[in-house]
Amino acid sequence: MPKVKVDGVELEVPAGATVLQACELAGKEIPRFCYHERLSIAGNCRMCLVEVKPGPPKPQASCALPASEGQEIRTDSEMVKKAREGVMEFLLINHPLDCPICDQGGECDLQDQSVAYGRGSSRYHEHKRAVTEKYMGPLIKTVMTRCIHCTRCVRFSEEIAGVDEIGALYRGEATQISTYLEKAAKHEMSANVIDLCPVGALTSRPYAFEARPWELKKTLSIDVSDAIGANIRVDARGREVLRILPRINDDVNEEWISDKGRYMADGLGKRRLDRPYIRLDGKLVPVSWAEALAAVAKIAPGNSVAAVAGDMVDAETMFAAKKLVNALGGSLLEGRQTGLAYDCSNLAAVNFNTTLNGIETADAILIVGSHIRWEAPLLNARLRKAVKRGAKVFVIGPKWDTTFPAEFLGEDADILNLLPAHVWAALNGAARPALIIGGAALAKGALEVGLSIAEQLKLVRTLDDGTVWNGFNVLHMAASRMASLMLGYAQKGGIADLVAAKPKMLLSLGADEVDYTKFADSMIVYVGHHGDKGAHAADVILPAAAFTEKSGTYVNTEGRVQIADQAVFAPGEAREDWTILRAMADALGVNVGFDSFDELRAAMTAAVPALGVEGLADYGALPTGVTGKAAGTIAYPIKDFYLTNPVARASETLQRCSAELLHGAEPQAEAAE
Amino acid sequence: MTVGQLIKSFTLWEFVKAHWLTLKYFFKPKATINYPFEKNPLSPRFRGEHALRRYPNGEERCIACKLCEAICPAQAITIEAAPRGEDGSRRTTRYDIDMTKCIFCGFCQEACPVDAIVEGPNFEYATETRAELLYDKAKLLANGDKWERAIAANLEADAAYR
Repeated sequence: MPKVKVDGVELEVPAGATVLQACELAGKEIPRFCYHERLSIAGNCRMCLVEVKPGPPKPQASCALPASEGQEIRTDSEMVKKAREGVMEFLLINHPLDCPICDQGGECDLQDQSVAYGRGSSRYHEHKRAVTEKYMGPLIKTVMTRCIHCTRCVRFSEEIAGVDEIGALYRGEATQISTYLEKAAKHEMSANVIDLCPVGALTSRPYAFEARPWELKKTLSIDVSDAIGANIRVDARGREVLRILPRINDDVNEEWISDKGRYMADGLGKRRLDRPYIRLDGKLVPVSWAEALAAVAKIAPGNSVAAVAGDMVDAETMFAAKKLVNALGGSLLEGRQTGLAYDCSNLAAVNFNTTLNGIETADAILIVGSHIRWEAPLLNARLRKAVKRGAKVFVIGPKWDTTFPAEFLGEDADILNLLPAHVWAALNGAARPALIIGGAALAKGALEVGLSIAEQLKLVRTLDDGTVWNGFNVLHMAASRMASLMLGYAQKGGIADLVAAKPKMLLSLGADEVDYTKFADSMIVYVGHHGDKGAHAADVILPAAAFTEKSGTYVNTEGRVQIADQAVFAPGEAREDWTILRAMADALGVNVGFDSFDELRAAMTAAVPALGVEGLADYGALPTGVTGKAAGTIAYPIKDFYLTNPVARASETLQRCSAELLHGAEPQAEAAE
Repeated sequence: MTVGQLIKSFTLWEFVKAHWLTLKYFFKPKATINYPFEKNPLSPRFRGEHALRRYPNGEERCIACKLCEAICPAQAITIEAAPRGEDGSRRTTRYDIDMTKCIFCGFCQEACPVDAIVEGPNFEYATETRAELLYDKAKLLANGDKWERAIAANLEADAAYR
C-alpha cells in the first residue's frame, strides 16, 4: 500500500494502482481519452499528463505510471496546465470543427475537455487531415475524420468482445481505424463502441441526427431482451423512446449491453396494439374498451381459466394475473411457453447460483446446451474473462464461435451422463468448478443429471478464504423467467397441463412463443403490446404497455430482483397491464384485492417477500439425491439472435441486422455525409 | 397679489403664451412621420421577423444543430432532424417558430453557427388569425428568400463590430 502525495494531500493507494487512479482517489479530475477502466492501458492520447516527483523533469502520462511510495504528484501546477493545453491543441489540429452537425455534440468528451482544459483559440491555419468513412455495419455510423486515435474501440473488440473486428491501419497521422476490408462489425455487443468513442467518430446509425442529449428525459430501467437483466437508461423525448444506453452495474452488465437490448427501442413504436380488438366471424375488429371487456365478461369462464406469461412481462403483471385466475377459482399458470417442464420445486436448482460476477473467477466450466453468445452475450464476455484468467471451458452441444478457447464434446446430451475422463478430471481438480445448463439441455432432461454431478463434484463448497462457492447454474433466456417461477407460474407437466385442461379462457400475458393451435377450444384473451403471434391467435386483444411504459419488478437469471421505472406512456388506448387485469376482474365479477399499483406491489411482496427486496434473492440449498438421465441431441432454441421477441421483430434496425449480419444480405446503400 | 400678477391674470397671459408656443411648433419641421408612407431608418441590428437563409447556390444553411432551440428562453422554436434522403446530410424535417411566444431577444441568431436563422428587418407581419403566426420551415425559408438582400446588407454592416 504505497503512500503518495497528491497536490499536497497525503493518501494511501492500493498496491498496483496507477497515478491516475491515485489522483481519482484524492478527488482530482484527470482528463483522459484513451484510458478506460475496463480496457487495457494504451497511454496514447497523452491527455492525462501530470507532474510527478521523483522522476524526469517533464510531465508524465498518469494512466500508464504505477503509483509508488513517496511520489509527489501535482495536478494543478503551471506545467500541468500548459501540458494539457498543448496536448489539446495537438488533438484539435486534425479534429474538424463540425460539432453542430455531430451527433456526439453535447455529450462529447473532446468538447467538454477542450472547454475545461484547452486554450481559448486555435493557432493552426494549415490544412486539416481528412479520412474516408468506413463501413461498419447497420449499427455504427462512422465519420473517421473526427477520430483522435484513442483505440478504445480496437481494444474493446479485442479484449471484451473477443473478435478482431476493428483495428488500426497505417501509422502516425495517417492512422485509420477500420473493420478490415470494410466488413460489418458482427459481434452481438458491437454497438458498445459507440458509447466508448470519446468523440463523434463512431455514432449510432439508427439514431443519427434524431435528438440532442439535452432534449431527452432519462429513466432508469432494466433490459428485457434476455435473462441477464442488464441495467439500462431509457432516453425519451415526448412520448417516444429514442434510444437505450447501458448504465454501470458491476454485478450485472458492467457497462455494456447487447445490440438487441439497445436497438429494441426502435421496435417500440412499430406494430403496436394501440386499441382493443375482438374477433368477429374470424376477423379481428377494433372496438372500444367497454365492448372488449363486455366480450371478456361474455366468455364467463367460471373456474376453467389458465394464464400463460410471456418472456418480457414484469412480476407485478404476473402477480395480478395470478390473483385474477385464483379469484376465478383456477390455478393453471405457466411461463415456459415452449413446453419445457423441468422440476421447479426448488428454485436454487434452476438459478444461476455462481452469479454473473462470480463466474469470472471460475477455473473450470462445463456448458451444457447453451449458445451463450446468443442467449446471454453479456455472460459470454464474463466467461471470456474467466478464460483469460486460466479457466478451462467444455461445451456439450452443437458448435458455436465462443470467442475463447473451448472444447466441444459433442451434440448428444447423453455425454453428460458419463463425462469423458479428462473433463471429469478437470472439473474435479478445479478449485472453483462451474456447471452451466442452458435451455436446450433442460429440454433433454439435463437438470437432474446436472444436480447429481453437482453433488458428486461438490460444486457447492467453502473456499479457502471462507466464502461459499456455488458452481451450479441454470441459464434462462427470458427476462420474466425467475420471477414467474417465484410466483408459481410452473405446472408439473409444463404447458402440456394447460393444454390437457382445455380451459374456457386462456389469459395470455404477452406470450408470443406459445403454439396456440393446441388451444383451439379456448377463448384466448391476449394482454400484450405488439401485434405478433399471440395477437394473431387471440379472440380478444387488450392493448397493454411495453417494458418502457410501466414500472415493474424483474428478476434476472441469477435471482437478482431489480426494479424498472416508467419512461413514457403507452400509445393510443393502451393501458398499463395491471389496470387491464383489474378491469377484467370487474367485468368477470370477482375481487382481486388491489385498486392501485402500490396496493398490488404490497400484496405481491406480502405473498413473495423476496420480490420486495432489490438484490439477490436467497433460494436456499440445492436439492440432494436427485438422479436422472439426459438423452437426445441438443438443438439451440434461438435461430436468429436479433429477432427473439416481438419488440425486436418489430424493430427495423434489428431486422436489418438479422438480414445483413446473419443471412448475408447486401449492405443497404446509404449516401455519404 | 401684486400688480404684475393682476395684469397677467386679466390679460389671460398664460393662454397667450401657450398659443404662441403652439403657433411656433406649427411652423417648425414635423417630428412625426406619415406611416406607412414614410418610415424611420432601422439599425442593422434591428430584430424583426425571423427568416431562414440559404447559401448563394440555393442550399439551405440550417444544419439542424438545435442550438437555437436550446438557447431560446421562450421555448418558441421546435426542431426535428433526420438525414436528408438524397445525400444523408443533417437537415431539419421540421423547423417551427411560434411567433406568439417569441420575445425577440435575438439569442437564436447569436447561437446559430451558420447564420441560418436571423431576425430580419421586417416588422410588418401582423396577421388576422393567431394560427398564421405559427411559422413553419417553408414560411421561414420564404422569408429568407424575400429578405435576403436586406439581411445580407445588415449582416455586412454589423460585421465590423462582431
